[in-house]
Formats: sequence, structure tokens, C-alpha cells
Amino acid sequence: MIESKLKVATCSLCGCFGCHMSLLDLDERLFDLAEKIEFDRSPLTDIKELGECDIGIIEGGIANVENVHTLLEFRARCKVLIAMGACAISGGVPAMRNQYELKDCLEESYTRGTGLVDAQIPNDPEIPLLLDQVHPIHEVVKIDYFLPGCPPSADAIWTFVSQLLAGQPITLPYTQIHYD
Amino acid sequence: MMESSALIQTIRDIVQRHNKMPTRLLQILREVQDSLTWLSAEAINAVAGELGISPDKVRSVATFYSFLYTEPHGSYDILFSDNITDRMLGNRELLHYLSERLGVEINSTRKDGLVSVGTTSCTGMCDQGPAALVNGYALTRLTKPRLDRIVGLVNAKTPLEQWPREFFEVVSHIHRADILLGRHFADGAALRAVLKRGPDAIVEEMVKSGLRGQGGAGFKSAAKWISCRNAPGEVKYVVCNADEGEPGTFKDRVLMQDFADLVFEGMTVCGRVIGARQGFVYLRGEYRYMVDALKATLQSRREAGLLGEAILGDPGFSFDIDIHLGAGAYVCGEESALIESLEGKHGVPRIRPPFPTTHGYLNQPTVVNNVETFASAAKIAVQGGDWFASRGTAESKGTKLLSLSGDCERPGIYEYPFGVTVRQVLEDCGAKNPQGIQMAGPAGHMISEKLFDRRICFEDLATGGSFMVFDHSRDILDGIRNFAHFFVHESCGFCTPCRVGTSLMRDLVDKVHTGHGTRADLEEMRKLGQIMRVGSHCGLGQTAPNPVLDSLDQFPESYERRLRSTAFEPAFDMNAALEQARWLTGRTDPDAYLDEEILQGAMP
Ligand SMILES: Cc1cc2nc3c(=O)[nH]c(=O)nc-3n(C[C@H](O)[C@H](O)[C@H](O)COP(=O)(O)O)c2cc1C
Ligand code: SF4
Ligand code: FES
Repeated sequence: MIESKLKVATCSLCGCFGCHMSLLDLDERLFDLAEKIEFDRSPLTDIKELGECDIGIIEGGIANVENVHTLLEFRARCKVLIAMGACAISGGVPAMRNQYELKDCLEESYTRGTGLVDAQIPNDPEIPLLLDQVHPIHEVVKIDYFLPGCPPSADAIWTFVSQLLAGQPITLPYTQIHYD
Repeated sequence: MMESSALIQTIRDIVQRHNKMPTRLLQILREVQDSLTWLSAEAINAVAGELGISPDKVRSVATFYSFLYTEPHGSYDILFSDNITDRMLGNRELLHYLSERLGVEINSTRKDGLVSVGTTSCTGMCDQGPAALVNGYALTRLTKPRLDRIVGLVNAKTPLEQWPREFFEVVSHIHRADILLGRHFADGAALRAVLKRGPDAIVEEMVKSGLRGQGGAGFKSAAKWISCRNAPGEVKYVVCNADEGEPGTFKDRVLMQDFADLVFEGMTVCGRVIGARQGFVYLRGEYRYMVDALKATLQSRREAGLLGEAILGDPGFSFDIDIHLGAGAYVCGEESALIESLEGKHGVPRIRPPFPTTHGYLNQPTVVNNVETFASAAKIAVQGGDWFASRGTAESKGTKLLSLSGDCERPGIYEYPFGVTVRQVLEDCGAKNPQGIQMAGPAGHMISEKLFDRRICFEDLATGGSFMVFDHSRDILDGIRNFAHFFVHESCGFCTPCRVGTSLMRDLVDKVHTGHGTRADLEEMRKLGQIMRVGSHCGLGQTAPNPVLDSLDQFPESYERRLRSTAFEPAFDMNAALEQARWLTGRTDPDAYLDEEILQGAMP
């Protein structure tokens, strides 16, 4: 019997792509991984449409309408959903705007910035509307696993993914989750 | 605002009066605020300058305590006690009524700077609420007509001293007295017993009595005294914990108000036994109304030779007592946080061990006991340990003062021998139709009818004394929510499991309470509660999840009937979260909304 590969999708919501860079840092271990999994929608494959997947890995928090739709789609299509990195888990750096009114944030960039001509807050329907605050993803959908780090190191990602694929409980060694 | 030079003079005088002692910092800041209504940066710098400590140190204290303000504040500061028992008595309606009548928003100061209105944690007037504080002085039995008069007094800028006395009347409702409250005690009797029989004999009586700490933890008092007595150190201290911050308890208030001599005498006996010359009463800020009376009692004890130098004429027996006033921080009831606060710092619990008996106040050996413990010790010194131990159960000797409040006909103080059943207490206080009891306050346990035959003692249901009754007309989750908010407010913020955990727990309880919770949220509450229990630094965080964890087991239906049938619900209203952006951009296209169906479709 041929063992079918697990389908894995990843995406970056309101994050800096740092977690995906860490994922690439797996380096040659990516080959081992490719033996076991097949990437579906992901910045690594450039597949735009999300199929039915076994595992979804989310970087970044929820800052706008598009983030919400993407996350909901991932939740609907992925059996197991993972929050990867500080932004997905707690909102991270983008959530620093939560202490200000959205109005002040937008005005700071679009009406009070220097060198602006015809300054106004953009209102094109193509641009995803912002939520008043940035939220961690578990406040929007159920999340099955949380992988901490800003970003999690490649080693932490490797430990996590290996254990998950082997069906073992996740235990990250201390060296992979301390940051000082 | 005061002129700069006048401000500095005022502060200089206050600091001088406290002998420029940094350990008096909290007391100094309280007095500075009394004169200036709030603590400006200028005032903070001046205090720091006069004491010769850094402004940051002063600021860390000024910002820690709820009753100290570092933002402009009204000359009249009115804070409604917001315990669940006050809510049962309709305090919310009164709060809104007052804020409307005064023209001031809740949790803010009126534009003219005259008055601020807000809420505070339980003020210990649960048997005579709804209650509030005005500039720290307790107001009891509030009603709309009374508030009308208060509005008049505030607007006319009438000084507090001229407000009607009955507004401030605090009654001791003692409904059942036993050996502690019932028997007459002749002032000085315990001191004479110590002088006659010697400290060793008193220690023996304490051991025989089996007395356990009445603050709630139940540590053997004799063991504590002996440990401190044997600890190396020239200077030792006795501290009476009268912080009584646990919502729903007010027995220490009654003891301090009506039995202060007994408490002071217990402290003095302890001082003699451990070899201390100085004692402190750490009185919660909410009880400032009794400070003058307590000071007068101390003075008359000095004059009677029961306190101060050469007590009862014995030159080897000197002991005095000083009163420190807290400033609205529940965590300062924890003994090591209390000591930090006594030292003039912000009240963050220390790492224990070492325990106060070896490293307490100013790192010297210190006994910290609850008010009731000292009162019992004074009686034991006179009547003997066997007499005390003849009451109670095998592991819990003597009696316990319970503070009854909530849905019962006769709220107040009940003294019972340890071992009394919950059912008996409910009968005696006239609780009709009780649904559940919050025992020992929010940090204690919530029990349902199934457990009413259990006994109040350390072997079974331990308690510091709070006993809040909820009858069947109440929604248990209202209480749980009130407690969850209480812990968020009171967490000192030092450790993450408590600082973050209490907020997450509050959010989850709010989510369920407002009908947005799912089974996944209940699971999350249990997991979070477990983390808080094992991960928190002090008892506050370790017990903060108790009300939720207990009620999930004891009253599952109060959660379940509110749950959504879906497996998961977002933690916030996503469509409402777009309102600001819609308004800023003027967008009304379909992508400017997140409607309910889209959300539901994607949930597993
Ligand atoms: C958060 C917290 C608050 C506390 N509050 C009080 C209090 O208000 N009064 C009190 O006597 N003990 C309080 N305690 C218990 C004290 O730490 C300490 O155990 C007690 O004062 C010792 O006195 P006892 O042995 O006579 O009970 C509190 C403990 C914690 C963790
Ligand atoms: S458990 Fe809470 S109150 Fe106690 S030290 Fe930690 S943060 Fe402070
Ligand atoms: S994007 Fe990975 S931690 Fe922020």
C-alpha cells in the first residue's frame, strides 16, 4: 500500500513573513519533509486556491476583513489548524496599534504624513477594511496547536512538525522555547 | 492647584511629621493626597526629595494602590462598593442614579473637579449595604433619598465633618456569640497572666489550645510564635493583619470596632512571648473611619499601663503598637505583600521561604496573625488552652466568626464552634431557599445544596469567614462574573499566570455570560484555571480560578443554558469591529461587512 502524503497549507495573515522564513530555514530537512507531506496553498507553492487539507499552518494575527475570510476558509478546509508564532498567538507587533484609535493610526499615515498630496484615508473597495483592533487567531476560530516564538526557530518547527506527523504529543525542549 | 512653594511646604510638614522615614511612604502619600486630592508629578518629586529617595520609587507606590491617584481627581471621591452582595442590594442602580444627579460619568471626575464617582472592591459592609466610600470613609445603607442629600452636600461643598453622622454609621450585627464574643474580658487580664506565669507557660497554653490561624490558611499559631521566638535576631515584630480584603468578610471590622482592646492585648501577649517591642496593625484603607477611635484606645491603654514602656510596671516588658492604613489592595492581605507595604513599598508578595517568622518586617523575625487569631490568643492566655480546645473538632479547636451576607434575613456575625454544618448556619441566619454559598470568599469555594451537610472546619470546609448566600432567584454566573472581574482588578501584576490568566478568565466568563460561549470555552476555562493554580506566585493567582472551576462542577447548568450550539464562537463581535473603519472610509460595499452566516458556515 502506498502511503498517501499529508496535505499541508500555510499562509501569512497579519505577520511579517518571519515565521515563513523560519520554515525555509529548515534547509535540507525540507527534503525529508517533502517525503511525508505535500504543500497545498502556501506562499512557498504560490497555489492560490485552498483545497481539502490535513494540516493548516497560520502565521500572523487578524487585522482586516481579508484575514478573517482566509482564516475561516482554512478552518473549514483543514483538519488540524496551527497558530505559528507570536502574531498568530497573541497579535504580536501589529497588535501594538491596539492602544490607539484606528482613526489616529490611519490619520497618522494618510493625512498627517509628510509630502502627501490630496491626503485622504483610502476607501477603495479593493483594500480590505481594517478591524478596530488586531486579534490573535484563536479569538476567531478554534485552534488546535500553538507554536510559540517570534519567530519559532527552524529547530522548533522541525520538532513540532516531526512529532505531529508521528502522531506524538508535542513537547518542545526548553532550549527551543526560551528567547533570552 | 496649590502654589508650588505652598505645595512643597505642605509636603515638607507631612514628611517631617513622619520623621522622614521611607517606611512611612504609603502613610505619607495618603496624607499628601488628603491635602491635595491627587498626587501630581510635582508632589511625587517633592516627596521623593524630602525623603531622599528616587521619584521612581515613590511613583511605583503611588501607582500601585487603588486609593492613590496620579491623575487629577475630585475633592469628593465617591466609590461604590461593588461586591456581588452590594449588587444584590441594587448598588448598580444607585451608582447610575448618583452619577446622573451629580452630572458626572462613572469612573471619572466632573469637569469642575469637585467630585469623582467610581466603584471599588468589597468594602466590608456587606451586612449593611449598599455601601460606598467618600474620601475613604464608609457610607452604609445607601438609598436614593440619602443620595439626594449627598448630592446637595457635595454641590454645596459641605466639609465631610458636617455631613450627617448617621450616613457613616457602622453597626456590628452580632447574632451569635460564643467564647470569643460572648464572655466578658477584663482589660489587662491576659497581660497579668503572662506576667504571673511567664512566657513559657503561655506558649504551652497556646500549644494546648490548638489555635489555628483565623485568616484562612489555618497554620498552627503556637508553631508560628515558637518559630519566631527561636529565630535569631535582636529586634522582632508583631503584625496584626487587619487587611480583611476577602469580599464578603467583615468579622475583623467588628473585632476592631468593638473588641480592639482584646486584639491589642493578644498582640501584646505575642510581643512578650517572642520578645518584640513593636507591633503594627495593618488596617485596610476601607476601615479608616475607625482610625481615630483605635488611636484613642491605644492611648488609653498606654495611660492604664497596658501598653508602652514598662507594662504593668515590669521594666522588662515594653511593647507599643502603631496603626498603618492600607490603600485599596487586596493582595496586601497576603502576609509578605503586607510586610512590603508596611515597609512603604508597593505590595508585591515576596518569595517564600524564607517566611516572616525569620525574615519579616525589615528582614527581622515577625509574627503575622489575623485579627481574630490575636483576639483568641488573648482569651487563651487568661482561660487556658484546655478551655479553648474543649470546643471545636479534632483538628480545628475553638470557634470561628462567620460573616453572613447575601440572601438571608439576618446578615451579620455568627460565632460558632468549629464543626457546625452549613445547613445549621443557613437556618440560623434565616436563609430561605438557598441555592449556593460562596464559602471563604471568591478565593474559597462555591458550594451547592448537595454539600450543605458538610461541616465548617479545617478537616472539611475551611474558611476565613466569608459566607455569601445566593438563593434560587439568583443567577450564579452573575456572582462568578463579579469575582472574575475582582481578581483582574486585584492581581498585582507581578507574575504572568495571574496577571494574564485573570484577564483571560474574565473574558471567557464574560463571553459565556453574554451568550456567546461554546463548549470549547468551558474546556478552555478548565485548562486556564489549572495553569493559574500551579503557575501563580502567590495565593491570589492560585485561588483566583476557584469560583469558575467550582461552579463548572457544582452549577454546570448555569453555564450550559447559555451556550451556543456551535462548537466555537469568536471572542468578539467582528462586524462591530469594522464599524470605525466603515465610518472613516464611508464604505458600504458588501466587503465592508462580516455577517453572521459567513462566520457560521466556516465553523467546524
Ligand atoms: C491574596 C491573599 C489575601 C489575604 N488576605 C488576608 C487578609 O485580609 N487577612 C488575613 O488575616 N489574612 C489574609 N491572607 C492570609 C495571610 O497571608 C496570612 O496567612 C495570615 O495573615 C496569617 O495569619 P493567621 O495565621 O492568624 O491566619 C491573605 C492571603 C492571600 C494569598
Ligand atoms: S499570583 Fe497574582 S497577586 Fe500573586 S504575585 Fe502573581 S500577579 Fe501578584
Ligand atoms: S510573523 Fe511570525 S512572529 Fe510575527
